[in-house]
Amino acid sequence: MLEIVNLHRPGLSPVSLRIDDGECLALMGPSGSGKSLILRAVADLDPNEGRVRANGDERSQTPAPLWRQKVGFLPAQPGWWGESVGDHIEKSDSVLDLLHKLHLPDESLNWPVSRLSTGETQRLALIRLLAHAPKVLLLDEPTSALDEEARKSVEALLKAQLSNGVSILLTTHDKKQANRLCQRIFHINKGVVTEAFS
Amino acid sequence: MSYIMLSYTDLLLASLLLMINGVLSVIFSLGLLKRLVIAVTRMVVQLLLVGSILSWLFAAPSPFWTLLAAFVMVAFAGYEIVSRQDRPLKGFWSAGLGAGSMTVASMVIVLLALTTQIRPDPWYHPQYMIPILGMILGNTMTGVSLGLNTLTNAVRREAGAIEAGLILGMSRHKAMQGVIRQSLRNGLMPLINAMSVMGLVSLPGMMTGQILAGAAPQEAVKYQILIMFLISGATGFGVIISVLGASLRLSDNRHRLRLDRLASGNGK
Repeated sequence: MLEIVNLHRPGLSPVSLRIDDGECLALMGPSGSGKSLILRAVADLDPNEGRVRANGDERSQTPAPLWRQKVGFLPAQPGWWGESVGDHIEKSDSVLDLLHKLHLPDESLNWPVSRLSTGETQRLALIRLLAHAPKVLLLDEPTSALDEEARKSVEALLKAQLSNGVSILLTTHDKKQANRLCQRIFHINKGVVTEAFS
Repeated sequence: MSYIMLSYTDLLLASLLLMINGVLSVIFSLGLLKRLVIAVTRMVVQLLLVGSILSWLFAAPSPFWTLLAAFVMVAFAGYEIVSRQDRPLKGFWSAGLGAGSMTVASMVIVLLALTTQIRPDPWYHPQYMIPILGMILGNTMTGVSLGLNTLTNAVRREAGAIEAGLILGMSRHKAMQGVIRQSLRNGLMPLINAMSVMGLVSLPGMMTGQILAGAAPQEAVKYQILIMFLISGATGFGVIISVLGASLRLSDNRHRLRLDRLASGNGK
């Protein structure tokens, strides 16, 4: 469960919302409307004000590194600090299972990061995040660079996460995707959550 | 000790060599003539001035005037550190961290050397304190400015990679480890390079000066080795304080990367 009360920061008007266990909430809006700012603020990556709770843990009472392990954020353009994918993802049965589900070979853990395509980057970054098993997922346009088949596999994986009780806050430009994955859709424009509709 | 004294006529004769640089600038249209003339004039005036000030300081050693001279040197070095940054920290922090770490490191090492190794009487005798501080300050300044410049540039360039680590629950120290290591290495590299060729490729200025002034080469070498140890200590100390301090400033206690604390540029 993710509960946000009066969250605000420069460029973002106060926002309050609650996402239950196993629920997905989509944030839609034009580029530059503030979708990513909300996700970054919830992940506590930029200075912000407001109260955020995840599964009973108060953000202000939780050390930031621990908070980000519980509340996993996938940026639209994920960064990499090592040279190969394996420097970021430890090989395990669950990781191999995730690779298979996203149609990536086991050897992809040995691939150099510099040679990844945008789609591979996006899927491997999602696996890197899920390997930490966060209970809340903040996903910034997680399928924007994927072809139809890869998009379907990612959506199937996210549905499995939802059925395991994970809460998801997702930004997307694809209304059909929002309808497929999420129970509620919020609209945001110029940093203001202006309308919510089912 | 005895040495051959130079007259101003000797200097004038040597200055004719600068004509070569001037002629080169004109022939190849380098546009350096004006800058060359200004640089040479500055160098001559600054050195003559410092010579007169040092003569005056040595004649009647006073802790107040010696410390004032040291303060002026530190202030100029601090200004130089700030001006060498491509993207300095905003506000007080660039000068505060750069000049602060350089001053603390240099002064601690100089005081240590004056009170435990060189031991002049009085301990603050400007004949020892000023030249030693100058040599240590010059090297520490280079190390600190290189270390800080590497860090601020690398943090901007590697922001995505650093944030990727933070997102996955790394502490700020762990996420910035790579850029901190790179900055420390760059800050210390000129010193390590200089030490490794000293005596083979380069004969250091202080040692050469002592030999020209009539000191026995073995004594000059001992002084030079001592100075290099002092410079190593001060540079290492200064680079570590400044780089670690700046890495803390470029993040916060919620382990966020704070690029907003970097100025937009230094006009370069």
